[in-house]
Amino acid sequence: MSARENILTKLRAAPRSAPPAPDVAAYYAGTPKLTGLAALKHWAALMRAVRTEVLWVRESDWPRTLAEQVAARGIRTLLLAPSTAHGARAAAALAELAEPPLRLGFDQTIDGWKATLFNEVDAAFTRVRAGIALTGSLIAWPDEHEPRTMSLVPPIHFALFDTRTLYPDFFSAMSAENWAAGMPTNALLISGPSKTSDIQQTVAYGAHGPRELVVLAVLPDEIDLAELEADA
Amino acid sequence: MNEATLTYYPSRDFKANARAALADSNLRASFRGAMDFLMGKRAAQFPDAHELAELRKLGEAIRQKSLAKLPELLEQLEAKLTENGVTVHWAETTEEANAIVHGLIAAKGGKLAVKGKSMVSEETELNHYLEARGMTAIESDMGEYIVQLAGEKPSHIIMPAIHKTRADIARLFSEHIPGTPYTEDVDALIQIGRQALRQMYVSADVGISGVNFAIAETGTLCLVENEGNGRMCTTVPDMHIAITGIEKVIEKLSDVVPLYSLLTRSATGQPVTTYFNMISGPRRPGEKDGPREVHLVLLDNGRSQAYSDEQLRKTLQCIRCGACMNHCPVYTRIGGHAYGTVYPGPIGEIISPHMLGLENTVDLPTASSLCGACGEVCPVKIPIPEMLMRLREESVRDPHEKVAHPLRGQGAGVDKEVKLAWRLWTGLYSKPGYYRLFGWAATRLRGLTPRHQLGWTQNHVPMKPAPKTLHELMRERRKETGR
Ligand code: SF4
Repeated sequence: MSARENILTKLRAAPRSAPPAPDVAAYYAGTPKLTGLAALKHWAALMRAVRTEVLWVRESDWPRTLAEQVAARGIRTLLLAPSTAHGARAAAALAELAEPPLRLGFDQTIDGWKATLFNEVDAAFTRVRAGIALTGSLIAWPDEHEPRTMSLVPPIHFALFDTRTLYPDFFSAMSAENWAAGMPTNALLISGPSKTSDIQQTVAYGAHGPRELVVLAVLPDEIDLAELEADA
Repeated sequence: MNEATLTYYPSRDFKANARAALADSNLRASFRGAMDFLMGKRAAQFPDAHELAELRKLGEAIRQKSLAKLPELLEQLEAKLTENGVTVHWAETTEEANAIVHGLIAAKGGKLAVKGKSMVSEETELNHYLEARGMTAIESDMGEYIVQLAGEKPSHIIMPAIHKTRADIARLFSEHIPGTPYTEDVDALIQIGRQALRQMYVSADVGISGVNFAIAETGTLCLVENEGNGRMCTTVPDMHIAITGIEKVIEKLSDVVPLYSLLTRSATGQPVTTYFNMISGPRRPGEKDGPREVHLVLLDNGRSQAYSDEQLRKTLQCIRCGACMNHCPVYTRIGGHAYGTVYPGPIGEIISPHMLGLENTVDLPTASSLCGACGEVCPVKIPIPEMLMRLREESVRDPHEKVAHPLRGQGAGVDKEVKLAWRLWTGLYSKPGYYRLFGWAATRLRGLTPRHQLGWTQNHVPMKPAPKTLHELMRERRKETGR
């Protein structure tokens, strides 16, 4: 018999009684939900607590903010997805800088340029799918335009986040979007830049992934910026 | 890389190891400090006792349901993963698991494996196995990397290098990583590690990782981490091999939400980790990165023994958060290495006997004061003290006694002297004449009680029988009061 059969046979031979069924949906229906300004404030506070830079922007001006941030960091090579609408807008804004960075697209599979990706790209710009208020997280579903390594390998990650997609908690996000019906090859929650506390419990950022996570959080016009940052 | 391989076999030396660890005041201070820190962080994450109680109940119910359906869920997981393009392998023993991994790498002509954190691969001693066959396996989790450079084993399941000071690490890095100056600056040390490991991701043929949760419904492997090395190992090399225990499967995608929350908050006191990585298959056509091949190795290694008994099955509810060790007064004093097993602390005491047999782990279930802290903090409510009692019982059960689900090493703790003492006691206490004689002699000869009574007299005054037996005192009292 194969290992598989042996293991399954042993497991099936064990006495089994049906334990009470857990009701995850009922549990989360009973937990308090953050909404509106409170949700945004909580999300931003938690993200900032783990050294994420959260920049509030509007739909009309985020490319300018991105360009300023790129210039301020002296970034020379930036990876983005010109085939997407947001990637094209970003590329256009960056091209107008006095010293525009080299704008690379992920045009070929990783296999042909792993070393370059690791050694020569300073930053990447991607859009994230949604956010989670309760834990201060971003949700990313990498795809062919913005592959998995874009949010992982370059030392700086700029993430464009439409705050209208901020969910109160992880459970609300996966149920509203019906993730169970079909998962992408890779789905991620990202809550801050890469970090470690493996040396004497001291937190250090930039362990293997990005050292910096800069979120361009796009606010709808009805949200007042002053109110959002008040006692935040 | 340090070539020395430490084959930790069993915890037969537990008592000697523990004594040595207790005498090491630096070690004790660093564990005390670290555990206090982790306990504080966890407590801060659960300010609301009611929320914690409800969430633990939910976590327990999810894990118990998953175990109640384990064979069916494993089949569902396999079917779903296969549909997603992942190849599933089964291994009964650590040797089989290692051979599968080695075979997969060899088939690709690979030489270099870069590893994310995986306690199951520690269990199988995979690095050693691969190295003996001419391959190199590099640990990429900072803590694991440090421990590997030192030629040691992790001393904690979440924080592998918790026993190392920054000076130890500074020395290690400057000695083992070419061109590295001595520095005790933590940021600088992490950057040194980062640089050394980044090149490994580029050149590795294969990435190896563990799995925190395997979701049957969607065929998804979930990895929880802060550093990003797990993502690197599962994304950058052309092949990803995940290795995990058969108990890690859960039924529904939504089951992962409360378990993930319980795990990060109990383990390191974080509301969430930096990354929660959900992998549901290899690179699809059109995608530009991610491994072209993904494999999952499901390992039994004694888990089915724990499974066969409904009480001991609860051991398998574990989500490997490490909270039980952080709160264990024994672990805090002796550290992780003294146990001699891959999993130290309370979880190690209850899982290792199934993996290694009671004959090799007989001291472990006794390495507890039964204070109950472990059971109280366990996010999935494993009654650890109850498991310890049961294992103690099994370790002194007559090796020849026929029971429904005998444990490997049943009766390994039977001690001839203790057995003889109990036999004498039974004889004495079942015959009133002998009993009275014994009582009379013990009270009258109390002056002969030894002054040194093993561990007791280390911090107590010696025990001594009373001058008269209780029966005598009662008789006198009746005489006095006339009742
Ligand atoms: S036994 Fe409980 S507390 Fe200990 S590691 Fe497992 S889940 Fe955590």
